[in-house]
Amino acid sequence: MRRLSLAAAAIAAVGVAPLLLTPFQVTLANNIGIAALVTLGLVLLTGIAGLTSFGQAAFVGIGAYAAAYLATVVELPPALAWLGGSPWGGLALGLALALAVAVVLGAVTFRLAGHYLPLGTIAWGLAIAFLFGTADSLGGYTGLSGIPVLSLFGVRFDSGGRLLWLIWAVLLAALLVTANLLDSRQGRAIRALKGGQLMARSMGIDVVRAKMAAFLIAAAFAAIAGWLYAYTQRFVSPAPFSLGAGIEYLFMALIGGAASIWGAVVGAAVFILSKEWLQDLLPHLAGRTGNFEAVVFGLLVIVLMQHMPDGIASAVRRAARRARRPRPPSPAAGDTAAPLPMRAKPRPGEVILDARGITRRFGGLLANDDVSLSVRAGEVLAVIGPNGAGKSTLFNQLSGVDRPTAGTIVFRGQLAAGSSPRAMARHGLARTFQHVRLLPELTVLENAAIGAHLRGRKGLVAAMLRLDRREEAQLLAEARRQLARVGLAARCDDRAGSLPLGQQRLLEIARAVAADPCLLLLDEPAAGLRFEEKQELAGLIDRLRCDGMAVLLVEHDMDFVMGLADRVFVMDFGREIAHGRPADVQADPAVLEAYLGADA
Amino acid sequence: MNLQVAMLLGQSGITSGAVYALLALAILLVFSVTRILLIPQGEFVSFAALTMAAMQEGRPVRLGWLLGALCLAAVAMDLIASVRARRRPAVSRPTLWLCAWAAAATALSMLLPLAALGHAVQALVTIALIVPLGPLLYRVCFQPVAAAHALVLLVISIAAHVALVGIALFIFGPEGARTEPFSDAVFTVGPALIQSQTLWVVAVSALLVGLLYVGFERHLYGKALRATAVDRLGAELVGISPDLAGRVSLAVAAFIGALSGVLIAPIITIYFDSGFIISLKGFVGALIGGLASYPLAALGALVVGQAESFATFWASAYKEVIVFTLLIPVLLWRSLARTGVEDEE
Amino acid sequence: MTTPLLLEVRGLSVAYGQVEAVSDVSIAVGAGEIVTVIGRNGAGKTTLLSAIMGILPSRGAVRFAGEAVAPFAIGERVGRGLCLVPEHRALFGSMTVADNLALGAFRHGADERRASQDEMFALFPRLAERRSQLAATLSGGERQMLALARALMGRPRLLMLDEPSLGLAPLIVRDVFRIVAELRERGVAILLVEQNARAALAVADRAYVLELGRVALEGPAAELARDPRVAASYLGIGGRHRDGPPDALNPTPRMSYTASEPPGAGPTATPRPGEDKRP
Repeated sequence: MRRLSLAAAAIAAVGVAPLLLTPFQVTLANNIGIAALVTLGLVLLTGIAGLTSFGQAAFVGIGAYAAAYLATVVELPPALAWLGGSPWGGLALGLALALAVAVVLGAVTFRLAGHYLPLGTIAWGLAIAFLFGTADSLGGYTGLSGIPVLSLFGVRFDSGGRLLWLIWAVLLAALLVTANLLDSRQGRAIRALKGGQLMARSMGIDVVRAKMAAFLIAAAFAAIAGWLYAYTQRFVSPAPFSLGAGIEYLFMALIGGAASIWGAVVGAAVFILSKEWLQDLLPHLAGRTGNFEAVVFGLLVIVLMQHMPDGIASAVRRAARRARRPRPPSPAAGDTAAPLPMRAKPRPGEVILDARGITRRFGGLLANDDVSLSVRAGEVLAVIGPNGAGKSTLFNQLSGVDRPTAGTIVFRGQLAAGSSPRAMARHGLARTFQHVRLLPELTVLENAAIGAHLRGRKGLVAAMLRLDRREEAQLLAEARRQLARVGLAARCDDRAGSLPLGQQRLLEIARAVAADPCLLLLDEPAAGLRFEEKQELAGLIDRLRCDGMAVLLVEHDMDFVMGLADRVFVMDFGREIAHGRPADVQADPAVLEAYLGADA
Repeated sequence: MNLQVAMLLGQSGITSGAVYALLALAILLVFSVTRILLIPQGEFVSFAALTMAAMQEGRPVRLGWLLGALCLAAVAMDLIASVRARRRPAVSRPTLWLCAWAAAATALSMLLPLAALGHAVQALVTIALIVPLGPLLYRVCFQPVAAAHALVLLVISIAAHVALVGIALFIFGPEGARTEPFSDAVFTVGPALIQSQTLWVVAVSALLVGLLYVGFERHLYGKALRATAVDRLGAELVGISPDLAGRVSLAVAAFIGALSGVLIAPIITIYFDSGFIISLKGFVGALIGGLASYPLAALGALVVGQAESFATFWASAYKEVIVFTLLIPVLLWRSLARTGVEDEE
Repeated sequence: MTTPLLLEVRGLSVAYGQVEAVSDVSIAVGAGEIVTVIGRNGAGKTTLLSAIMGILPSRGAVRFAGEAVAPFAIGERVGRGLCLVPEHRALFGSMTVADNLALGAFRHGADERRASQDEMFALFPRLAERRSQLAATLSGGERQMLALARALMGRPRLLMLDEPSLGLAPLIVRDVFRIVAELRERGVAILLVEQNARAALAVADRAYVLELGRVALEGPAAELARDPRVAASYLGIGGRHRDGPPDALNPTPRMSYTASEPPGAGPTATPRPGEDKRP
């Protein structure tokens, strides 16, 4: 409802705008619309996926030059001749080129650490701006002029007002498509990038692919903006696509608040209007002409990043959230959705995970020394030991995060030592994290649905066009079911970050179980929990066991483990020191010494 | 192309490559100590070149205004920080030293008849003016968020660059400038003519690269800077202040930038916004070296210099395009050499 | 107490957001004394040391050698002789043993540094053998030795050790405690946080038992070692009534929480039982 009325209001505002605004204001509104489209892509990239690009202006340039080239150059090369004349040809060419460049840039930087993409975009943004300025066929520094009036479906966009309709219609469509995407399985995968790659990979998300999706969408939006720009100005030259312009787009995203799609519109509007104002005002103050607004924006962004790194829109939103009443719970429509298919489960008692002779050496440190253990379906195995005993290292070997120096791991009959967390997830392993890794800004339901990522199939385009609703309902219904299983049904629509630690841990388990795993790995699930919370957690783990799940939990809280585990595996100094039923292990003198300390 | 042309191009490539190498080292130093990708590194170069040009032409050196503003900001931030930490309002000793340095250098630049004095004095005063810019920039822009995500630091770095370029236009005006060469002597070695300015650049660069290597690999203070990057808490616990390490690394970076500016000002015309492109070539060099190794970064920068020089000959108009697309195969190679996905820090 | 006070902490509180991890703690260490702080997992021991060192902001008074340290940054506290060996050692892994040691005496002159280094190599012969090896390649015990030696290079007057026996084999633990005892002979006072309660109480002069961020018990170490309330508190029985009644989950009061803190976890990550405030 809220969405519909918002959309209606936006359409109405755009509809009447050309009638109310002066021609100068219409031009400004068009500039803002085009910039907001570019910024929207950056918001997705920077604020939501945690990547950044300084080179968006170059993508805009590709879109603009593709349109201008096809529309103005008389003798096109034979390969492009069939595209000539039609604005659609220009749009297609611009998009194709921009996406191709984005694929190459993404492919060479996404596996590297985070700063390679921004630096790569700086270098490429400079290179492309120089290319526009030097290529003779693109008009050099004088550019290409004489672009005809845009004509689509027989409508001539020959006035600022008509262009305003077109630009803002495209912008609203892009906002809608982006909002759709974020509210889908693929969108959650992109948002999960910010929760740390380890979490994303452990949920079976292809991190490189998710980054690529965000980057391609941002490039596509920029190319479309370029196409609009070319037909608005009816003239292109290299200057507006320089690296400096790319930096300005990033500033718009940061000012507006890189984490909200409406921040794109706010940021573009604030930036363009205040630039206009400053360009009038500052030369008067300084008594000479110059690029003074750049100084102001530079300082503004520095102060902003120091005090409000999430941007203005986010700060306002946070304040509003504090003031607002909680939203009414969304209808549990998912309950009618058909359940998702489940994987074939092992028989009770079947060995699911079998680790033999696991050894892990870090330099001179032997963190795991010849550790062997196995887990069966329907049992809880607890690995315990004092701090520094090597439990976390073992956990990393078993979950595919780290590769053992020696030893084999067989998971469901397949050799698994050193395979990736994604592969382990696909084969039915799900895990939680010692330091809770949730996406605090997403709802509890969305967080849980990330766990079911591998159980969906629909792609980006389907998500943007809302063709994924049936599957999405199934995924959300599954998430809701698992949340009910852990006792969080009532908090589905709360922000995950607002839950107390105990419930956050339960949410992590719901997220893990949503993947329909046959082995659940829990990393210190009781750490920091209150007594009642521990009881609740123990009850939950017990229920999961009764449903046939194998549970391996690493803990150093002995009390928690003793009443719960079927078997206990005690480690110290990276080795097994005891193994067996809880009561036997407790009486073991080696265990006593490990826990209480030897006499000095 | 004959041998003579090749020698000429090679010589020009070595000259610019040597400067890029210096900048690559500065960039790498700052990155390894503070995780900041110092985009404004190039501004140290252009500010120095334009300051020196202003001295030679007898125009007033107006850098003092910028230094003064930064000092005021640093003092104010120190006061606010001490109040926030529930201490007596106080200005930290490094900030006071910086302010004193900046004031002294500004006074020198205003009082000395610089146009009449020799190159050496002009160069020294220029460097003295530029060096405090580095630590002041660190104090004002980066220190408050030193522990933040690397992306935040990068954005601040870019924003500082944008602001500094605007300020450069205000201080130095839009005209380009070129300084007089240190000496006009030309030597003939075999088929090649070697200009003495080239020798100057190469010699100073080689000396500085050597000094940096010794400083960082051998001297305790260099090790202390590296230690900050290796384990921040560990460094603090042995009494190395990460804030001080940040300021020192930025001071070294500013020094290198200023020296580069003084060295290349007689070779190419520098405008208020030229620094960016020059430092980006240093970045390309540092990236070729994987942002980790000093020798590889220097080598990468020399490759950039040669590529640029020969590109000028074959496809002059496309030389920048060629230099910056050089990065793509390098990144591809690094990316393929890696099996998994690098985790964020 | 007859010895003059070296460290005096009064009414120290540390809060992370709404959760107070250390509340109104007062402890003291005399010159040349070994004092230990023991307590269960999450009792606030590491937080206490971090606050004394100035790594975490805190309320309350900390005086060192008669001087209020509040205005001093970490480095200035180090310069005054207050040193911390953190739980995770914080070594410079990609540097050699010798470099690590040299940086430990970063604030001293070259001669003094060389003398201190010779002294450390005499105290830890293993480190002398490995002087040009990278710190990251050392074994756990050698790392602990190096961390101790690096801290001693700064010639501290008070050395604070956070879980020095963590993850070490019994033989090496014995070594560590032998050295701790030896340091007292050299006039270095020690504030020791340990999971190995028996060993800590055996080597210490006095002890504090920290429970839920407050000092629950204090006294001479030898007396506390015999006090049944210490065993109960330290082993988790004393704290249990705050958590709730014993039940099926806690069938064996004999054995319970280890008195160690989870790696790198501040109280934000793991609020203490019973203190986490629900909305």
